Amino acid sequence: MTDYSPAELDTLALHAGGKPDPATGARATPIYQTASYCFPDSDYAAALFNMERPGHVYSRLSNPTTAVLEERISALEGGVGAIATASGQAALQLAIMTIMDAGSHIVASSALYGGSHNLLAYTLPRFGITTTFVDARDEDAIRAAIRPETRLIFGETVGNPGLDVLNIPVVSRIAHDNGIPLLVDSTFTTPYLVRPFELGADLVMHSATKFLSGHGIVIGGLLVDSGRFDWDASGKFPQLSEPYKGFHNLVFTEEFGPAAFISRARKEGLRDFGACQSPTSAFYILQGMETLGVRMEKHVSNTRAVVEFLDSHDAVAGVAHPDLPDHTDHALASDLYPKGTSAVFTFAIKGGREAGIAFVNGLNLFSHLANVGDAKSLVIHPASTTHFRMDEAALAAAGIGEGTIRLSVGLEDPKDLIADLKAGLRAAEKVAGGRG
Amino acid sequence: MKLVSSGKDTYLYTNNKTVDPSKPSVVFIHGAGFDHSVWTLFARHFSRHDWNVIALDLPGHGRSEGPVLESIEQMASWTIELIDTLGLNNVALVGHSMGSLITLEASSRLGDRVTHTVLIGSISPMPVSEPILDATANKPGAAHSMLTSFGFSKQNLMGGNPNPGMWMVSESMRRYEDEAQSALDSDMRACNAYQRGLEAASEITAPTLMLHGDADRLTPLRATKPLQDALSNTRMDIIPGAGHSLMVEDPNHVLDQLKIHLL
Repeated sequence: MTDYSPAELDTLALHAGGKPDPATGARATPIYQTASYCFPDSDYAAALFNMERPGHVYSRLSNPTTAVLEERISALEGGVGAIATASGQAALQLAIMTIMDAGSHIVASSALYGGSHNLLAYTLPRFGITTTFVDARDEDAIRAAIRPETRLIFGETVGNPGLDVLNIPVVSRIAHDNGIPLLVDSTFTTPYLVRPFELGADLVMHSATKFLSGHGIVIGGLLVDSGRFDWDASGKFPQLSEPYKGFHNLVFTEEFGPAAFISRARKEGLRDFGACQSPTSAFYILQGMETLGVRMEKHVSNTRAVVEFLDSHDAVAGVAHPDLPDHTDHALASDLYPKGTSAVFTFAIKGGREAGIAFVNGLNLFSHLANVGDAKSLVIHPASTTHFRMDEAALAAAGIGEGTIRLSVGLEDPKDLIADLKAGLRAAEKVAGGRG
Repeated sequence: MKLVSSGKDTYLYTNNKTVDPSKPSVVFIHGAGFDHSVWTLFARHFSRHDWNVIALDLPGHGRSEGPVLESIEQMASWTIELIDTLGLNNVALVGHSMGSLITLEASSRLGDRVTHTVLIGSISPMPVSEPILDATANKPGAAHSMLTSFGFSKQNLMGGNPNPGMWMVSESMRRYEDEAQSALDSDMRACNAYQRGLEAASEITAPTLMLHGDADRLTPLRATKPLQDALSNTRMDIIPGAGHSLMVEDPNHVLDQLKIHLL
């Protein structure tokens, strides 16, 4: 399902969706820091409100700066359209709220970002939306978890933090066999490493805070619609295929064809839930996206150097990265993601929790914080931070141990990164009482 | 709404309103491989201004029952029968690309029942190249890519969609993918075969608006002259920087011109 594109990724990352500013000729996309927009006349205003004209009314709904970002990620992913949200979590919530009601059910991979797990496991059930978590490698488990009220399958391109590779062609086939879409979180991979729509996914979300931006200075999310899922044929999504009282009985599939989902997400989700992205945030994300290709190439090559170093070090009990032949998904990753699988991965230090803490404290270049995908290298101990709400069983299901360390490999010189890791490992070895 | 016309289930987008023959009416006719939804913005506007809006799905397209009609003449006959079924005596016809050829043919036959004619991205004759015909017959994915690639101006292929957040390249691909391969192939051959366009144009008495992008790469602006010359009461409006997909490349300009011409 390779889509037509007018240019290659590096070119789209710089140009798609943006033109020199028509008002000033500014080459960079300006920050349109405004809440609202003047109407030329009353009929024009009425036409904007009644969806007779495209344009901007109020920046909760759309904004010229965020629109460039939305169009650019759509171009990079090969989607019909996108919505920029206040965060990656807001993108996930927007996707769910657009196609679900109380009583709806989700089947999700158990290998998820802790924040996504919280939303699905604890928060959404308060609103009547429940989730069954499954091992996304287990086709039978996915099929068995699907119920008549299931409306979505959700997973991450590479699961956080064990890098479980989502077999998108297989999981999307299961979803489509059951008349439901597959939503994929592609935060770790970005369109540089994989374009999930080409593998069968229907919706893609990103935390744009991470690799898409690369600078770690902004919070933002993106939700992209492939336009391929047949909401009418499914018969399970009256939100899109039947009259919507919230907009004069508009039927989204009738009026917007392949853009039905993303249109309702904007007309209802942004309008009513309001988790929009600020134009300044969109501007920052656009600056990062311009260099996506060259950054991701360096992230991947640095990661390969770091993985190779750690995998051969005596103080390391194991490294979980699909580049390694002993990773469960090595063959699948080579097939689906030939350019690499991410610069975020985990490894286990011999000596358990105390050795892990000593390792983190012994680092200098790696910043100890709760983020990934920065140009700077990052480190964290998931069991005590990002995944601390998960019980032991959930942690185990997500492939996280007490001594698991997560690295996000940045763009520094790999020799310096390895020197820093050596220092951390020496500290860990002291706590662990020597090698082994 | 759905109705039976020419013995087939036919879908019309009417903005959820019943067609009232006492009101002014505008019939929107889509291009090859597309359906009614390319007209949503414009139909909503004229509906709010108390016009009957009828954005039809040609047989075998969108939500209308097939089979597809194989010639522009057949499509025009079907459109006229639909207008008769709706009891409309005064209609404006708006057509894009292949729909503009249907508009030409139907307007020439309907005579003074047509109040206004609008031809968007129209030339006549409308030859279709052999590589495209080969692709629509044998390589649908390649056909969708070719038509999408040439369907926009080079400038607009890189985006800047006035509809916030929309990437019109992929939207165009999805629209082609959603239609039956046979419909697109048949439509393209119908455009290629239709030779009566200039004769039909000479018979049209209604004021005619031609809307064209100056960067149209499927129906180049320079090829519009024979049609302009054949129409006796026409005005040409050229949209700068736009290609063949005017309703998505510059919908505000299209709507402004439709308002000038129809309202």
